[in-house]
Amino acid sequence: MFKLLEPNKIFLITSRAPKFVIALFIVVLSIGLLEALILSPEDYKQSHSVRIMYVHVPAAWISLGIFSSITLLSISGYIFKNKHFFLISKSLAPSGLVFCIVALVTGSIWGKPTWGTWWAWDARITSMLILAIFYLLYLIAWRIYRNKEQVIKITTLITIFGIINIPIIKYSVDWWNTLHQPASINIMSKSTIHSSMLLPLILMSAAFALFSLLIFLMKYNTELIKLKNKGLERL
Amino acid sequence: MYGRKVKLRFIFILLIFLVLTLSVFLVLKSLEENVIYFKSPSDVKTVPELDSKKIRIGGMVKKDSIEISNNSVNFIITDFKNEINVIYSGAVPNLFSEGKGVVAEGFLKDRNFFQASKILAKHDENYMPPEVKEALKEK
Repeated sequence: MFKLLEPNKIFLITSRAPKFVIALFIVVLSIGLLEALILSPEDYKQSHSVRIMYVHVPAAWISLGIFSSITLLSISGYIFKNKHFFLISKSLAPSGLVFCIVALVTGSIWGKPTWGTWWAWDARITSMLILAIFYLLYLIAWRIYRNKEQVIKITTLITIFGIINIPIIKYSVDWWNTLHQPASINIMSKSTIHSSMLLPLILMSAAFALFSLLIFLMKYNTELIKLKNKGLERL
Repeated sequence: MYGRKVKLRFIFILLIFLVLTLSVFLVLKSLEENVIYFKSPSDVKTVPELDSKKIRIGGMVKKDSIEISNNSVNFIITDFKNEINVIYSGAVPNLFSEGKGVVAEGFLKDRNFFQASKILAKHDENYMPPEVKEALKEK
């Protein structure tokens, strides 16, 4: 399996794929925005504020998903001593942080007209803020530690600390009383969002996922170029 | 299949993870009082003694309970078991309405009266267009 991760083969993909990904991203984003801003109906209760959700929810999903991937990659990279997993994690992190911040900011903008406050220290919002802090810690660790052995251990530890927060974010709305509403989209039970609003949500999620993929490919490409210049031994 | 070192590292990570999960669980359990954003009217009824700390009470605004006078809004928060009267003066959020979720922040005067200094509307997890809501009502 690890043979597939040979830098030269990967480099061929990472240097060519971005232009296809960006084209697909623009197409999906345009359709998604058209659905989210114009074609989808307003909500019966919150009217047009509901459109903020089409950015807020996908951004939150992606940032949670990316952090989980980073953790999985870091842990398996640490156990199997595979250094490429760490480079993949490092390249994934920036878009995760950006989407985490996007989720917090759009949530705040939505909160003012609906709840009547910009910010509340409830479990969901606070745990999401903690996720942003863990993303920052993770990225700062990569900047501070130049010694590769050290950076591998420290970033793995940060992700293990951070991953405990992920189920807390997900289930905070079920475990405790929170101002934040519970999940509308459920796999096990019936979703409480109308299908006409589900479509833009899925399209925007796909667009954001493509954006993350694009940033990841570009970052990873840079990492591979650095690696080529330094030589594999110096990783 | 894997070397001894791989197994050791795996067990080490697993151990760190378990210890951290347990400690986070214990911390959250002991701080549950503070993690909870608001209390329900039933929680208020059952507390042994009232203190003068600022608290939040959340629940549904009881149907036909909102009374708006010159400079105050009075309503009843219910969790369908217990109720509490809320006295508030100030602007209410747009989504504040009867039969919908609400969180009031303020001080308890006694077990039945709550002086609110801030009102937050709680949105539920239902999203649908107005036509669908109308159709649901007619059923």
